[in-house]
Amino acid sequence: MFEYAPAPESRSVVDLKPSYGLFIDGTFVDPTDGGSFKSINPASEEVLAEVAEAGAQDVERAVRAARKAYDKVWGPMPGRDRAKYLYRIARLIQERSRELAVLESLDNGKPIRESRDVDLPLVAAHFFYYAGWADKLEHAGFGPNPRPIGVAAQVIPWNFPLLMLAWKIAPALAAGNTVVLKPAETTPLTALLFAEICQQADLPAGVVNILTGAGDTGRALVEHPGVDKVAFTGSTDVGRAIARSVAGTRKKLTLELGGKAANIVFDDAPIDQAVEGIVNGIFFNQGHVCCAGSRLLVQENVAERVLESLKRRMAQLRVGDPLDKNTDVGAINSAAQLERIRELSDAGSAEGAERWSPPCDLPDRGFWFAPTIFTGVTQAHRIAREEIFGPVLSVLTFRTPAEAVEKANNTPYGLSAGIWTDKGSRILWMADRLRAGVVWANTFNKFDPTSPFGGYKESGYGREGGRHGLEGYLNV
Amino acid sequence: MTATTTSARSELSELGRSETALRTFLHGLPGVDQVGAEQRAAQLGTRSIKTTAKAQAIDLAIRMVDLTTLEGADTPGKVRALAAKALRPDPADPSCPHVGAVCVYPAMVPYVAEVLRGSAVHLASVATAFPSGQAPLEIKLADTRAAVAAGADEIDMVINRGAFLAGRYKEVYDEIVATKEASGDAHLKVILETGELATYDNVRRASWLAMLAGGDFIKTSTGKVPIAATMPVSLVMLEAVRDFREATGRQVGVKPAGGIKTTKDAIKYLVMVNETVGPDWLDPDWFRFGASSLLNDLLMQRTKLTTGTYSGPDYFTLD
Repeated sequence: MFEYAPAPESRSVVDLKPSYGLFIDGTFVDPTDGGSFKSINPASEEVLAEVAEAGAQDVERAVRAARKAYDKVWGPMPGRDRAKYLYRIARLIQERSRELAVLESLDNGKPIRESRDVDLPLVAAHFFYYAGWADKLEHAGFGPNPRPIGVAAQVIPWNFPLLMLAWKIAPALAAGNTVVLKPAETTPLTALLFAEICQQADLPAGVVNILTGAGDTGRALVEHPGVDKVAFTGSTDVGRAIARSVAGTRKKLTLELGGKAANIVFDDAPIDQAVEGIVNGIFFNQGHVCCAGSRLLVQENVAERVLESLKRRMAQLRVGDPLDKNTDVGAINSAAQLERIRELSDAGSAEGAERWSPPCDLPDRGFWFAPTIFTGVTQAHRIAREEIFGPVLSVLTFRTPAEAVEKANNTPYGLSAGIWTDKGSRILWMADRLRAGVVWANTFNKFDPTSPFGGYKESGYGREGGRHGLEGYLNV
Repeated sequence: MTATTTSARSELSELGRSETALRTFLHGLPGVDQVGAEQRAAQLGTRSIKTTAKAQAIDLAIRMVDLTTLEGADTPGKVRALAAKALRPDPADPSCPHVGAVCVYPAMVPYVAEVLRGSAVHLASVATAFPSGQAPLEIKLADTRAAVAAGADEIDMVINRGAFLAGRYKEVYDEIVATKEASGDAHLKVILETGELATYDNVRRASWLAMLAGGDFIKTSTGKVPIAATMPVSLVMLEAVRDFREATGRQVGVKPAGGIKTTKDAIKYLVMVNETVGPDWLDPDWFRFGASSLLNDLLMQRTKLTTGTYSGPDYFTLD
């Protein structure tokens, strides 16, 4: 047997402070009412740092700082000068990418292989890409001299903390807006390190403000009357509440919500690569991905073969220490999320689906869930309808392409879908009929800053990324 | 072997009787998505193999080396030296394992055989008008018989790429069958020359064709064309031997050859073997590296691990 020795990435590149304040108007300040909470490492439950909890008065301060920066500095600044700051931030992110990757893995639980090879390169790429747009907005297709909106309130989730920050902040700043961003309460640390990078880049005070806190902080922020634009990525329930609170105001809103994507494998698919795509679709980032391919639809005449290959491949997944460079699947982000995954998985078993996981030893401390597939799942099962947001795949079969489309679309969500076939015409035929914002062909979970991303139906509205991503931050 | 694999095996052995049956079968194999295969190979290359795992991998890689010299300038003296090195790669360290085999041209086989006699190191000879394969069949078979008669116990043959690319699969099949017969008890390694096959679909088809015709090993390259072994090509071949064993119960070995020069590269291949076909193939009987300069790098890294100091190339014999 060829056993890989532990290959841990060093933690020493990260210089964590015991506590962090709020980043308002270019400096770290204490919260007005002094509240705080702890951010832990989900792989060990160790406390990483104490983080300030922003209250209503802090939101007021941050929005006012953002308004002042918008009126006096960032709004009037020529696009080419805004671009200089964005390029500088992008370069600093690249320079400090190892530090950011290690911190992301510590705070989130995702494997270092992913934060190093996927998250951080994409974060830098997003800033580089939108830096390029800052002085070319007239050519973005929104008419002559498009204007920014003003102050953007941005609330982001815990699954890709720094990447979601980049998706929000880069286009907002390129278009000339200023932002107040609230990272998720379980993963605030890389956003705070990003605030340090803004200082290092000499970004004018108030252009980026970071408020840490939980749901109450987020609510106070999106409901604040001084905000012109609200951008939210997270659950459909919270997205609905935000849409309600924003209704009837002048605020412009974009929402990127949940998903229950179908990954559709036809009998002429390249099987080995399809299996890689299935694994990447659902076990990437522990399945904490809104566009995860959580429903596998496989043509019945190859179902047995695909499942055999899938199980063999799953047995190779290395679950464990997120900082080990050979880890494929890390820790579940929080106790609450683990509870939800367990509850839905138990429902899957109770409703009669057959559960399978490869043998794997899970660590004693921290939050862990073995990669799991359910076979014999029907459209009526909860695990085929509700977003699990964990490493749990529901396998369904289909007979004809029409049935595949019907099953794939039979969900209130519509964020993403995958098609696996060697036949180009079938890819186009399917893509025309799938009600999903992103359709991947013979690949899955591929992201690029030039490519717009967003959903249909209850997966939200508005697009992030690409030229389209500017629209949400321009008065058009 | 189960009843189903036995019947599958006899069904598959019928395929070689007809051009149509061969074509239908080979073109019915699942396709290979180029982007996906290359991405998977690259991902396997990011594994971090350190300390004890590295030491284990280096010794295994040394045992898997087919120490090769295939030059017009080869002399009896040079191949004897190579054979001596194959037996004791690191004269300063008796714990260093011997390599898998020595691989030479047929004319050099007798000189190598003298040195290797009685040892566990195999003697491989290229044959069948290596590297182009552009000779009449009877000459290729005579080449093979001569190599075996001179003492080779492994034959590295080249397939007829022209016939393969033109779709004359039966011609390729029949040549492999004939060469296998001419090899007698010697193990037959079938060189696909993947650099000339152009697509991964072709690599998969050629792999199956070689296995169906009775090849004991499938090998990527001659080392004589610009594109030699690559990770994605080897991945497709490993998937083929895995699927072939599943279908027939017969295990076939894999030998990437050409372009693998560093310990780091070799370890990437071992990781790929480990995670694609599993420990059954992590053995010199089932996986080999066709290489020459790789061995010295393995020895230097091995010395670095055992002594803690990195000695320069002057401390290892040049071949």
